[in-house]
Amino acid sequence: MAKTIAEINQKIKQGKAVVVTAEEIIDIARKKGVSKAAEEIDVVTTGTFSPMCSSGAFLNIGHSSPRIKFGGGRVYLNDVPAYTGLAAVDIFLGATALPDDDPRNKIYPGEFRYGGGHVIEELVAGKDVRLEAIAYGTDCYPRRKLETWININDITNAILFNVRNAYQNYEVGVNLSDRMIYTYMGVLKPELGNANYCTSGQLSPLLNDPYYKTIGVGTKIFLGGGTGYVAWYGTQHNPNVPRGDNGVPLEPAGSLAVIGDLKQMKPEWLVGTSMLGYGCTLTVGIGVPIPILSEEILRYTTISDADIFAPIIDYSEAYPKMEASSLGKVSYAELKTGHIKIQGKDVPTASLSSHYKAQGIASILKVWIEKGEFLLSESVAPLPGTESGITIKPLKERPVME
Amino acid sequence: MAISRRIVLHFPPRITNQSIVCRLAKDFDLSFNIIKASVTPGEEGLMVMELSGDQRNYDKGIQYLTEAGVKIQSLSQDVVRNEDRCTHCGACINLCPTGAFTLEPKTRKVLFDHNKCVVCELCIKACPPRAMELYF
Repeated sequence: MAKTIAEINQKIKQGKAVVVTAEEIIDIARKKGVSKAAEEIDVVTTGTFSPMCSSGAFLNIGHSSPRIKFGGGRVYLNDVPAYTGLAAVDIFLGATALPDDDPRNKIYPGEFRYGGGHVIEELVAGKDVRLEAIAYGTDCYPRRKLETWININDITNAILFNVRNAYQNYEVGVNLSDRMIYTYMGVLKPELGNANYCTSGQLSPLLNDPYYKTIGVGTKIFLGGGTGYVAWYGTQHNPNVPRGDNGVPLEPAGSLAVIGDLKQMKPEWLVGTSMLGYGCTLTVGIGVPIPILSEEILRYTTISDADIFAPIIDYSEAYPKMEASSLGKVSYAELKTGHIKIQGKDVPTASLSSHYKAQGIASILKVWIEKGEFLLSESVAPLPGTESGITIKPLKERPVME
Repeated sequence: MAISRRIVLHFPPRITNQSIVCRLAKDFDLSFNIIKASVTPGEEGLMVMELSGDQRNYDKGIQYLTEAGVKIQSLSQDVVRNEDRCTHCGACINLCPTGAFTLEPKTRKVLFDHNKCVVCELCIKACPPRAMELYF
């Protein structure tokens, strides 16, 4: 029954493609059986909506008269510093960048009300953003100062380029210490007061294609409310972690680098986010379509929350000290009941990833494909798999002798 | 006419050892629901309560409190969810001490029960998209 992406695209163009979400497929396959479901269904859509710190935007501001060269100088967007080490008017704005005068954690826990992620959200919303630049001036770029309003609609290029998104599985954060801690996994109450998790589970893109059989470089995706592409494998992409019998990693594993035109994205799918005591970031909406090319691929998409396990990690000691100790594993089905048991204690759970929005993304992508507005792309190179030998390298510190 | 209001009571140190609040029920037929209280003898005390009853009795009760030396403020703060900013992640759910946030099982939407909110403000800064807002 093997299908090709070209055949599926033909059906999409004719408005005949059968598309279901990664949640709908679970029941369908249970009722019809994998074989029949694989024959009938062409695409399964996934979705995730989570804070993803390794996100940012490349902007080309356009040339002023007289010209100014940002490279080697400084640029601020609404007081948030952007990276200028590029050609004259190209800058990169990272999601976690903070205004120079933000008190950070000097007043603990820092509030981190406004940072790079918030500027990106405002740009996408079409709001004017104040740009301030200081440059050193050259013969061909004489200007040394610039202060102006910019708007995404008036600048030449705005490209979202996130080097690590859509993590394949993630840890459950808890706190064993006797004081409140403020982490990227949220506010964690002392003595196992709560447990926070952060993937969309059975809807998550890479959990539905655990061995990267369809998702690869060049895969067209839903990104921030518009379309984008998988640009590369994400930083810290780590396919060689322990996996369950179903192939699903039992720890954080693969990740995606994604790229897309920021101009066609929407602020409800790219949200500036503040993690108390931790910093600013960007919550990113991503949806990846999985073409059902074979029964095997369909079987992977039938993964349910009960089959996905996440390690429970203490963020007061084990995580900051880089100790590889887990307090056990817990399934997403258990996490989603609102309570889990850790060391005999009943611990209330919460998610930092919005399942509601993830469902929305999978549904929107489904509609786009059904209407023939979104065609699938062939990947041009696979993501490194378990055979690649890629592992995460911890930093080997070497003393610097003066 | 029956009314119900949330009020903040400030007890000066000299009266924190007297029984005052119970007389609202006894003498004025008012019912009260203490939302937040920190009253230590010899120190200034603070109490947030929802006071309900007949309008006339309510006014008499307030007059009694004022004459007893209690400073009264209407509950000036209110926590409201900015629906446009809420992403329904659920980070607030296990932080809220009164369980004002719940997940709708099917849609996984986060529901906010304003009536359960005691304005402790824990959710305000802990909300990643900062959708919880404090109004004065």
